[in-house]
Amino acid sequence: MEITNSIVEKHGLKAEEYSKIKDLLKRDPNLLELGIFSAMWNEHCSYKSSRTHLKNLPTKGKNVIQGPGENAGVIDIGDDDAIIFKIESHNHPSFIEPYQGAATGVGGILRDVFTMGARPIALLNSIHFGSPDHPKTKNLLNGVVSGIGGYGNCIGIPTVAGETKFNKTYNENILVNAMAVGHAKKNKIFYSKAKGVNKSVVYVGSKTGRDGIHGASMASAEFNENSEEKKPTVQVGDPFTEKLLMEACLELMKDESIISIQDMGAAGLTSSSVEMASKGNLGIELYLDKIPCREEGMTPYEMMLSESQERMLIILEDGKENDAKKIFEKWDLDFVVIGKTTDTDNLTLKYKNDLAGEIPIDALTSKAPIYDRKWSKTKLPEKKIDTKTLGKIKLQDALIKILSSADQSNKTWVTEQFDQMVMTDTIQRSGGNAAVIRIHKKEKAIAVTVDSSANYCKAHPLTGGKQIVCESWRNLISVGAKPIAITNCLNFGNPENPKVMGEFAECLLGLKEACEFLDYPVVSGNVSFYNGTNKKNIDPTPVIGGVGLIRESGNKINHLLKKEENIILQIGKTFGHLYQSVFFKEIYSIMEGPPPEVNLSNEKNNGEAVLKLINSKLVDSVHDISSGGLILALTEMAISSGYGLKIDKPAKLSNLTEYYFGEDQGRYLLEIEPKNLQNVLKILSKDNIYNEKVATVQKDNLEILGELKIHVDELYKINNTWYNCY
Amino acid sequence: MNSSVIVFPGSNCDRDIALALEKLQFKNTMVWHKDTNLPKSDLIVVPGGFSYGDYLRSGAIAAKSNILNEVIKAANEGCFVLGICNGFQILTETGLLKGALLKNKNLKFIGKDIFIKVINVDNKFCNKYKKDQVLKLNIAHNEGNYFTSSDHLKELEDKNLIPFKYCDEKGNIKYENNPNGSLNNIAGIFNDKKNILGMMPHPERMIDQMVSNNDGVNLFTSLLN
Repeated sequence: MEITNSIVEKHGLKAEEYSKIKDLLKRDPNLLELGIFSAMWNEHCSYKSSRTHLKNLPTKGKNVIQGPGENAGVIDIGDDDAIIFKIESHNHPSFIEPYQGAATGVGGILRDVFTMGARPIALLNSIHFGSPDHPKTKNLLNGVVSGIGGYGNCIGIPTVAGETKFNKTYNENILVNAMAVGHAKKNKIFYSKAKGVNKSVVYVGSKTGRDGIHGASMASAEFNENSEEKKPTVQVGDPFTEKLLMEACLELMKDESIISIQDMGAAGLTSSSVEMASKGNLGIELYLDKIPCREEGMTPYEMMLSESQERMLIILEDGKENDAKKIFEKWDLDFVVIGKTTDTDNLTLKYKNDLAGEIPIDALTSKAPIYDRKWSKTKLPEKKIDTKTLGKIKLQDALIKILSSADQSNKTWVTEQFDQMVMTDTIQRSGGNAAVIRIHKKEKAIAVTVDSSANYCKAHPLTGGKQIVCESWRNLISVGAKPIAITNCLNFGNPENPKVMGEFAECLLGLKEACEFLDYPVVSGNVSFYNGTNKKNIDPTPVIGGVGLIRESGNKINHLLKKEENIILQIGKTFGHLYQSVFFKEIYSIMEGPPPEVNLSNEKNNGEAVLKLINSKLVDSVHDISSGGLILALTEMAISSGYGLKIDKPAKLSNLTEYYFGEDQGRYLLEIEPKNLQNVLKILSKDNIYNEKVATVQKDNLEILGELKIHVDELYKINNTWYNCY
Repeated sequence: MNSSVIVFPGSNCDRDIALALEKLQFKNTMVWHKDTNLPKSDLIVVPGGFSYGDYLRSGAIAAKSNILNEVIKAANEGCFVLGICNGFQILTETGLLKGALLKNKNLKFIGKDIFIKVINVDNKFCNKYKKDQVLKLNIAHNEGNYFTSSDHLKELEDKNLIPFKYCDEKGNIKYENNPNGSLNNIAGIFNDKKNILGMMPHPERMIDQMVSNNDGVNLFTSLLN
């Protein structure tokens, strides 16, 4: 078959990329080889547009065992325990087929974690939909939420935290990011690097079908009006088989049989075999007749590019095949030796005794194109609104409107579709600042959170990038955890557009700066470009997954108010920044102006002070102040506990809306018993931490004298209406 | 007391229940679904999860597995059998318990804490609870909507074979507090001899104050009593 320009184009390759392929091969590729190049060189697998920027991120630290480049990142949490975690996007498939797209997103990220030897202990998600009144939104929301639940609930890993947001920027391109967190023994971590020549390459798991062919290429192109036709490229998930695969792999990992192991994710057998060989500086030879296929008559092209789920590739030590095979048979899974490692540095594919294709490994990896794409800076927007000209709104009315909005409403409609308790180590479920998962049979726990602020990132990517790292850090601190490391999922538009590339570059600069300052390195992640339809790009939406350590899980800290007469102390200063705030958006539909300023030094000092107070057991509850400002944070503390609050009026700021709704960063609320107050103030003053009393816990009512008085039960109702009426 | 936990390939609460049993001093054995022998047990637990994926009717395939034959034999000889969540679904599929568990009334998976009232304490599973005691347990299921014939329902009520009903925090049994639509707010039922209990809520998730509460403990200690 002759490779025509149109075939090249259908494979998502540019003309100059195709000539590079011919140069590297020193001949024309056949169709199978072209397919393999297309799978490996697409944006999703090659990171060709992002690589130059990603390398600037801080990825090392005293607790980092493995940074980016493996299936997932690994951190040290003391003793012989390691935590393995990663976040990944499944945006494009989820928009086309929400249930399966989201489900396989969860399945894929779980494999990344248990491939490395970890038993998964928590799942998180960050899901972003279009405007609630867009005709597709309701169906997508339903499908995605039940897909996430369908997979996690079945395999038996608790889904413990997440965020659900709505914005018209995602009308035609939703975001579904899934994060998995696992626990392993430090000396039992498995990597994908192949070692040794003539070692058996073993295929385990489900059979290969025709689903998901070119899924990774689909994820590397914009949508258009024909996107529905791409449904066949969406994979179908089977969480039951994944459970079998997980148990079988973890069982095999107990002894020393495995040299290296890699899950077949995006670009299936192609990327897994190439990555293992590439990391080991080896060649790999595969006998495609041996691939367990779901249907008859599958071609080598289909086998190499299928993205059928729940499959793994393992390179085994000599003589271990029989024992390993027994384990997979016990779990009723396929186990087939399909090839061997070689010293040729080539990917060699044989089919029915013929050479079906042969490509130098480095042509697919290190020699793949890398683009330093043009990018433009985003200026800090000006503050142009004269707040005096805005229509007046009562504080109480504004609060009610915000509490009943889609974004700020209580999310139990979503979280009740997830099993949060299976494995019985979930100490704090979703709804708080971060979820807390105990390390099985131990005293210590980890805290996990996912966060994003697309509007801040859109307004000023550099500040937005910094802000989400800080937000993640604050959420972990607020449950008494020491933040250790993050994983990131970078959801952006078309990188060939200099504005989008600029958003990417500057968000990353922001991330870098904040991560370095807070000693909060990036250990894994994923880039998702081409989020958009018909040249309309989504707002930049980096999502951060953070993990922190709690040494004594007995000291449980959450944001629920505990006792009447307790004092609420605010850490950090209020300046009243309303641009890009929930207040401006929900009340006046104003979406312009700069995001709140991020002062990393304040962040660090304030966070460390709060952690110190928590560890000294001087605070009864903690909440960070984020979207919606002080008043929303106070209201959340009240609603979740059933207590009311008597809220003080500001001593300095004269503008009440700025004071109560401003989204200044680096702030926390602490609930303190009166008897501990002097002690707390002493510590804060010694550390030079700005603080002020903002409220007192009382019965029943949330109250600001002369401005607002609502019963907590009423607030609860207002906050719980949106999803049930949608 | 010797207990056995049946492990299907898709069981996912097997570790949790084993932990609970061991914590409460049972001598526990895990029994693989392909086994044809059941160790001598005073209690058999069929745990929660997705036995064989449950892509068909939940528990339908599990009810035909090798080990279930042994469970049925043991149950008929009077051994205590506890089916939790998927375990309850499996027991109804075997016929050891009558009735069926339909899809939840809202057609969605429900994972949350609920309240149940202990209706009958005069049996081996509940004797450590007080009559009408309200327990806070956790549910996590797609199909927990208990249904049976009106004759059987009457029999369940008349013979006091319903140990647990969904209720509110104060113990009021109302339809509003019924999470899944089950008949008469049923959260669990016995067979005639009360040696087999099937229940949707997970008592094994409530044995640790750090994670939740201790409301599930007495179910297990009752058996030891």
